[in-house]
Amino acid sequence: MRTTHAAARTRAVAGLTDVNTFVGGYAFRHVPHPDAATLVRVLEREAVAAAWVGHLPSVFHRDPTPGNDELLAWTEPHAGVLFPIPVVRPDWPLWQRTLTRARELGAPAVRAYPPQWGMAPGDRAMRALAGACGEAGVVLLLTTRLEDGRQRHWLDSAGDLTAAAVRDIVRAHARVQVLVTAAGRAMIEEVHWGLTAQERARLWWDISWIWGPPEDDLAHLLRTLGADRFVYGSGWPLRLAQTPRANLDLLPDALRKDALATARAVVAAARGAE
Amino acid sequence: MTERAGATRASSAEPPLAGGTPLVDVHAHFLHAGCGRTDWEARNASRLAAGERIGITVHVASILGSFGHTSPTYFPSPDDLRVANDAMLDLQRRHPDRVRSYVTVNPNEPAHAREEIARCIGRPPGEGAIGIKLAASRRANDPLVDPVAEEAARHRVPILHHIWQHRRREWPGQEASDAIELGALAARHPQVAFILAHIGGGGDWAHTLPAVEDLPNVYLDLSGSGVDRGMLDAAARAVGAARLLWGCDLTMETGLAKLRALSAAGLDDAAVAQVRWRNAASIFGSHALPGIVPEAEPRARAADAAT
Repeated sequence: MRTTHAAARTRAVAGLTDVNTFVGGYAFRHVPHPDAATLVRVLEREAVAAAWVGHLPSVFHRDPTPGNDELLAWTEPHAGVLFPIPVVRPDWPLWQRTLTRARELGAPAVRAYPPQWGMAPGDRAMRALAGACGEAGVVLLLTTRLEDGRQRHWLDSAGDLTAAAVRDIVRAHARVQVLVTAAGRAMIEEVHWGLTAQERARLWWDISWIWGPPEDDLAHLLRTLGADRFVYGSGWPLRLAQTPRANLDLLPDALRKDALATARAVVAAARGAE
Repeated sequence: MTERAGATRASSAEPPLAGGTPLVDVHAHFLHAGCGRTDWEARNASRLAAGERIGITVHVASILGSFGHTSPTYFPSPDDLRVANDAMLDLQRRHPDRVRSYVTVNPNEPAHAREEIARCIGRPPGEGAIGIKLAASRRANDPLVDPVAEEAARHRVPILHHIWQHRRREWPGQEASDAIELGALAARHPQVAFILAHIGGGGDWAHTLPAVEDLPNVYLDLSGSGVDRGMLDAAARAVGAARLLWGCDLTMETGLAKLRALSAAGLDDAAVAQVRWRNAASIFGSHALPGIVPEAEPRARAADAAT
């Protein structure tokens, strides 16, 4: 990774941050306009101040290095709004160097895709990455799914991230802070209530895949787990950016007043734990 | 047409999230006491409350038997269907200004299906079902479904058909159909309007669009938990706004998101109005939908569109 504009990327951004966005094309279907400039326009339209941005093609790459460079180049013109989240693949040579560079660049988090890399729960490399993120004060961002399981391409056989894998990663190091995107109520509850209070305090979820009314899964989770466990995320460009806002708009009045955790709070927890 | 009662209901505190113009959810479900869920009343109340907040003029809804409690959701028994259809009509009676019903039938029970259709549709205006719901009890292109389509033609009501977008294998718990299979049925019954269920409800919607592009009596409902970017744009390009219907199914937040995304997908105000309510008024008949008063006679019933 190059080391330009590090200072700009460390600037704190006030307001709402979408922690679950990507740029770049998707391997299994056409996605319209998955570019950084479009993302910036979408954020403005949706009144979202900033986004944590992954590199979508890299999800299925073996070597994440070129994708990380591309991500930095694509987001650089939008520094302060788009925050690149590089991939760190912990079974790839020199992965520790990639993590160090990410930290030097001020990246708030790094992404990892254990199902796509064939890493089962308990994988030693993933545990090592969790430990290194805990030591470095960098949030570890995991993706439960990119698409609905019913529509996947026959070559997309990785499967969803499992609750067991998340529990293991959170337990791998006493200071690692983990953010999981695109999980539903069943997985969230299985992980949350399968961890100690100290462990679950280091774990956040985005709301991009949690059902609203009439099942009211989001309302239920905010009541039972607390709003401070959840952050704003959409899954753009694979999913509509309007969805998390609609979900929040449909919460009961009492819950609509409860603020979700901010991306800044998640980062502060990671850096405070160094 | 007039501003509808829904806008009035929701305006006491805040304006409806989706604005005050009419909005028809063509794919809703309710529960009843025999569905095996202790929270069934809360879920029904939540749907109605969210509908108020969104600004839904009318929920056109069904209950799929016991939703698996005493017979399978997609293979409901005659007894469960009768109880569920009664419960649905009772909900309509208790919410006459915002709920309308589909009668749900199982084509494997032809005599019972005909009886239920006659029993539930053949009622005074405002008291009966206004459409037929087919779940996944029999493949859509099976000849056993033809008598149901003939009943729909006779009563001039649409059929909402559960669809798996691009079914590439058998899925447990249902005899799912995809757009090609529904298209075969629709081609045999051009006088009937078919609502192809939930393009966001699972499977590959990109396969569905070309499969029904040339079938003018097949309408696409946008419901389902899927909110893939590109889906709305592609659907509008494939069949035009005149054949899109708005709906929620099991997730109302995705319904609201898709409604808000229509403009971003390039639909102008007139096209959005078609999706929100005009197309629904056309295929159900505006007289069948509370809160929607026709500006003129419905523009094109399916029978006219297909000829």
